[in-house]
Amino acid sequence: MVAMLELKNVEAFYGPIRALHGISLSVEQGGIVTVLGANGAGKTTTLRAICGMIKTTGSIKFEGREIFGKLTESVARLGIAHVPEGRGTFEKLTTEENLRLGAFTRRDRNAVAEDMDRVYGYFPVLAERREQQAGTLSGGEQQMLAIGRALMLRPRLMLLDEPSFGLAPMIVQEIFRIMRSINENDGVSMLLVEQNAALAMDLADQAFLLETGEVVMSGDTKTMKEDESIRTSYLGY
Amino acid sequence: MEIFLQQVLSGLATGAIYASLALALVMIYQTTELINFAQGEMAMFSTYIAWALINAGMPYWAAFFLTIGISFVGGMAIERIIIRPVEKAPVLALVIVFIGLLVIFNSLAGWLWTYTIKEFPSPFPVGSPGGNTYIGFHQLGMIGVTLLVLLFLYLFFRFAPLGLALRAVAQNPVSSRLVGVRVGWMLALGWGLAAAVGAVAGMMVAPRLFLDPNMMGGVLLYAFAAALLGGTTSPLGAVIGGFTLGVLENLAGTYIPFIGTELKLAFALGIIILVLLVRPQGLLGKKIVARV
Amino acid sequence: MAVDTIEEKLATRHAQSQLEAKLAFYKRIGLIGLIIFAVALPFLVSDFRTFQFTRVLYISIAVLGLNILSGYNGQFSLGHGAFIALGAYVAAIMMDRWGVPYYLTIIPAGLIGFIFGFLIGLPARRLEGLYLALATFGLALATPQILKKFEIITMGVQGIVVDKPEVPFGLPISQDQWLYFFTLMILLVLFWAARNLLRARTGRAFVAIRDHHMAAESMGVNAGFYKPLAFAIGGAYAGVAGALATITIQFVAPDSFGVFLSITLLVGSVIGGIASIGGAIFGGIAIVFIPNVAEEISKAAPWAIYGVILILFMYAMPSGIMGFINMLWRGYVKRLLTRT
Repeated sequence: MVAMLELKNVEAFYGPIRALHGISLSVEQGGIVTVLGANGAGKTTTLRAICGMIKTTGSIKFEGREIFGKLTESVARLGIAHVPEGRGTFEKLTTEENLRLGAFTRRDRNAVAEDMDRVYGYFPVLAERREQQAGTLSGGEQQMLAIGRALMLRPRLMLLDEPSFGLAPMIVQEIFRIMRSINENDGVSMLLVEQNAALAMDLADQAFLLETGEVVMSGDTKTMKEDESIRTSYLGY
Repeated sequence: MEIFLQQVLSGLATGAIYASLALALVMIYQTTELINFAQGEMAMFSTYIAWALINAGMPYWAAFFLTIGISFVGGMAIERIIIRPVEKAPVLALVIVFIGLLVIFNSLAGWLWTYTIKEFPSPFPVGSPGGNTYIGFHQLGMIGVTLLVLLFLYLFFRFAPLGLALRAVAQNPVSSRLVGVRVGWMLALGWGLAAAVGAVAGMMVAPRLFLDPNMMGGVLLYAFAAALLGGTTSPLGAVIGGFTLGVLENLAGTYIPFIGTELKLAFALGIIILVLLVRPQGLLGKKIVARV
Repeated sequence: MAVDTIEEKLATRHAQSQLEAKLAFYKRIGLIGLIIFAVALPFLVSDFRTFQFTRVLYISIAVLGLNILSGYNGQFSLGHGAFIALGAYVAAIMMDRWGVPYYLTIIPAGLIGFIFGFLIGLPARRLEGLYLALATFGLALATPQILKKFEIITMGVQGIVVDKPEVPFGLPISQDQWLYFFTLMILLVLFWAARNLLRARTGRAFVAIRDHHMAAESMGVNAGFYKPLAFAIGGAYAGVAGALATITIQFVAPDSFGVFLSITLLVGSVIGGIASIGGAIFGGIAIVFIPNVAEEISKAAPWAIYGVILILFMYAMPSGIMGFINMLWRGYVKRLLTRT
């Protein structure tokens, strides 16, 4: 089977500084893959590289097609929705306008309306905040809005950058539960970057461990969780 | 009282001029946070195009809409070709490019059409409703057209997906890219809209000020002031700012003898600066409310 | 990783400081060469060219004032021409009405520019970016109107004519050459003063306020004083430039001090390199000579050519000439360092 997303030997640069030293990883159709690692390991950079947000070398294939070197907006148009670090809320627009923007590239108006209802179904609190300026939403609500906005693209692959960041444990649980159902109900594959290893390992089927821009370990989350040495030295729980 | 009413009404008519060019400034400002100093000259140039079309025998309204179309495309082309290479340059470099554009348009118009003053037709009848002495058909028409442009822009930004995308780019270009908005083309769209709105402004102003390459030079400052007064990101604010400025300037010129006609501009600016000291975001500009 | 011995470290350090001394020496030689060239210039060209170079000199002084205000302190002014007008009229009135010799008008023009600048700078403290641009733009627009309004003092549109200065001490040079040297002397003093000022406490305060207003204030930099001070210094430099303009051209009238003058100063400032001292000279050269070049290229639409030159210039050197030179210089130094 061909992997949905396949990175081979990807290097990425911030100016003259190399942040990724040849990363290879893949996401299966319908799967959830998590990328774990400490601060500065290159997790966010990996997502940015996929979306053409920084200078990269190597090969990045999406559904068998090379997407390396494409513009960020073109990558989005292929069906890859990126929920960025810091949520990327359009603060001065309303909640509903934020969601409408998520569907900007789509022309199927009826389906867009359906998807809007679906997002409100997953996140009822957003429906209550429909006409509210998005900048005034709480952190958790903004994270939900970011995921909702990504869903509006009707993506086949979602890139999530630390959705748990800065949120209360209760809300994190809730968001991860919804992410699982999005994966199961809508068949959206996910590439999840997390610092909260325990949570991410529970959700994902595969994990990649990054350390200073290199993959140091990868495999099934089930087997990795059972391995005591991995757990204590890399996952910290 | 009669003088007062007359001054207010003619102030509104002048204000419509400022308002319509201020609208054009807001179009570019909201995506780039830059004031395009060449906006007035671009509007003047568009008006010359309309003049040439009408002179070639085209009916007024056909020339009117064709000019808007040409200006729209021209505005987009200017952004893609001339502005794009300096997109990431320091702000001041861009300001100099705007000044460059300003002198280019001014000089080209003078070269192509000479500096002699030309008459430009008004689409509205001569005279005034009921023969009143306060306000003529053209002035009324001008106010009406300005309000129509405002309505069009309001509907565009509120309901059209492209309008929404334009607002999104203004706030967060990175997120906009992530949802698939082609940011470069949105910037160009802003320029296209600005040029089109400016063309309308020019064609409305020309019957009153007469057409010559320096027609919009003074208007630009007023429009700039109006845009800042109303809040640079709000089309409605720009229009209100324009009308306020027109009326204020007229009343000051009439009722404060020392000011007279020479200093009324300085006075109006003084007032605006006072207002901005109290309310820096302008009358209708929004302060961003955000949780940190 | 290899651990350097103390001796090796000392050796590298020594090499570096030697290099620094060498570079500073080059810079000084270059500067002296430039000054010698500037002194020789009026003997190499015609009187008309000399007159043009005199204009370059006093315009450079005004541009330097704008650089201090905008480049170092970050307050953008579209109305710096107003201060030139002020200095020009101070000089003209002193010479015409009160018979004051021309060389005694320079300091009063600078002082009045300083005071007026400080006063303008007070309300400007609360205006940021575009708002300041508008306010100063308005100042530029109002300047000719105000000059016309106060006709009793300024003689209105007809302007004031003053005499051309005589060559003193029986020197064997022409009046234009003397004017050039007189202006050059003042320029050297003012540039030297600006260099010292910007390297000292005041300069650091200016830059700190420009780069981070709040951080600067929390470190005890009194922005409420330094921001108007920057305006005052900018005003003083422009005032001196204005007085020199009157002396050089022997005529002042309201319409030479409109918006165009202020815009031109900004153009010169940015082309030269806004946060630099030396850039002001390039700015002065650009202001005086670009229109000439444009006219050479096309007599029909010289200003269109002028506009094209401005735009192309910004494509090539978005940080101005000094920014470009600094970039080359840094590259050169880096190469020298890697070689040692």
